[in-house]
Amino acid sequence: MAAALEPLAARAPPMRTGGPLAWIRTQLFGSWPSGVATLALVGLFAWWLPGLFDWAVLHAVTAPSLDACRAARGSGACWGAIVEKHRLVIFGRYPFDEQWRPLAATLALLALLTASCTRVFWNRWLALAWPAVLVAFFALMSGGVFGLASVPTDRWGGLPLTIMLSTFSVALAFPLAVLVALGRRSTLPAIRTLCAVYVELVRGVPLVSVLFMASFMFPLLMPPGVSIDVLLRVLAGITLFGAAYLAEVVRGGLQAVPNGQIEAAASLGLTYWQTQRKIVLPQALAMVVPGIMNSFISTFKDTSLVTIVSLYELTGSLGLAFDSDADWRPYKIEGYLFIAVIYFAFCLSMSRYSLWVETHLSRSRER
Amino acid sequence: MSDPIVAFEKVNKWYGNRFHVLRDIDLRVARGERIVVCGPSGSGKSTLIRCINGLEEHQQGRLVVDGIELTDDVRSIERVRREVGMVFQQFNLFPHLTVLENLTLAPIWVARMPKKEADERAMQQLRRVRIAEQAHKYPLQLSGGQQQRVAIARALCLTPKIMLFDEPTSALDPEMIKEVLDVMIELAGQGITMLCVTHEMGFARAVADRMIFMDQGQIVEENTPSEFFSHPKSERTRDFLSKILGH
Repeated sequence: MAAALEPLAARAPPMRTGGPLAWIRTQLFGSWPSGVATLALVGLFAWWLPGLFDWAVLHAVTAPSLDACRAARGSGACWGAIVEKHRLVIFGRYPFDEQWRPLAATLALLALLTASCTRVFWNRWLALAWPAVLVAFFALMSGGVFGLASVPTDRWGGLPLTIMLSTFSVALAFPLAVLVALGRRSTLPAIRTLCAVYVELVRGVPLVSVLFMASFMFPLLMPPGVSIDVLLRVLAGITLFGAAYLAEVVRGGLQAVPNGQIEAAASLGLTYWQTQRKIVLPQALAMVVPGIMNSFISTFKDTSLVTIVSLYELTGSLGLAFDSDADWRPYKIEGYLFIAVIYFAFCLSMSRYSLWVETHLSRSRER
Repeated sequence: MSDPIVAFEKVNKWYGNRFHVLRDIDLRVARGERIVVCGPSGSGKSTLIRCINGLEEHQQGRLVVDGIELTDDVRSIERVRREVGMVFQQFNLFPHLTVLENLTLAPIWVARMPKKEADERAMQQLRRVRIAEQAHKYPLQLSGGQQQRVAIARALCLTPKIMLFDEPTSALDPEMIKEVLDVMIELAGQGITMLCVTHEMGFARAVADRMIFMDQGQIVEENTPSEFFSHPKSERTRDFLSKILGH
């Protein structure tokens, strides 16, 4: 093996890697299958998009005119149906003249939620703002004070109800889920069993049946003369349901915290609760942010099931607006698209927020 | 030996029903004594020192630490832990807290010390282990040796009377072992009671008052380091020493 060393032939320089042309070459036509897929998708969009554009924009009717909508039937969307029905879809059966109240209450609640998610607002004023906004919310919604007309909870509806149900069930389910998750890892057999039974029972039935029980069976079990508002019962049902799923997500995080962390905390003399609060939960929850947000988004959309017990949240009030009106009923599909956009906007912002939380929390793990 | 700070009397422990991990342990540790525990893996040496701060429970016999008998009463365990600091093989620093927060956690939450005082004391301990400039970094940004020094400083923040070391250098790269041992040798010169599970025999020679050799859950041999290394009494000890010193 005494052959003289021969240098390898020089290779061609790499192709230009910047600019739009290079991007198209590497991302869209990087290989044969990728090129074929690109062309197929472009073809599909070219075939499908013009029709959608025609329907949604070119031939669409934006005026709330039945005649115009009937004329465009089959060729164009009737956005006019939304213009006509938007108050009913958004506010449900809430009395028409009082609808500024749910609007103001919901805007206040949304402002509070946004502030709670923003770093600069994390101070003691936020802690004070919560009870203040909650009191204001219920005062505005139910009335009966400051000369506001009283509105019973079965008239609450639409987007305010959806937002209220999801906010409260998420806010209540989260601490409950943490306790249940801790309970399932407890050294006390009674607590462990209780928590496991709760999770298995609730997870083993559909939310619809939980809501039915909360709405129709629970009153039968109460002593005569005692009644709890149906909204409260339904809220409790959604909370208990969401918490069971969330508890399992949190438990996954708890299991991922190494035992050495708990031993180190114990060796420093921290009590059980101090260890959970300062050491275990911050690490466990940070690891399961995507799963937690998954649960939150599920709960948000699950609120649409309360329609079956005659609470008309966003989805329910869509039915209210279109089902009973023979003239506009054909245009319910446009209504569905409308609430889909609303649901999507909320879910997307939740999911974006969870991404922000993830990057924020991963900082301590950077080297 | 009058007034031992740690006293094991006929202590027995089993893992599950079958594995007898500590057998009739009798051990008295004097105040300020520095003990090195060695032995093959599975011999029960880690379990022995983990019993001292209640990370493991014994099932038979008496174990008294600084006048407090360890029972299944949570309060006795919490009182003992105030007096005992521990350093682990895997450091076990809290990755979500900065170095300084790792150190001030127990002073603030266990000893109810004002934050300012806890910070000052933590910085003092960090200077002691020569790592004060890293106070505001997160543990995972430090090298293994630095992390273990932070762990030692953390254990010292509550001014314990006893320090337990559970194989403190076993997870370290060779060139980082020395910086940790230097800190431990310095500490040994300051009169604190130390029990150290380690196979660093150079360290043992330098600081130990007494060597303990364990095998199969029993204390096989106890001796001064010089006697222990030059004239081991039992065959088992000779065999073990020839394996770890043989190359």
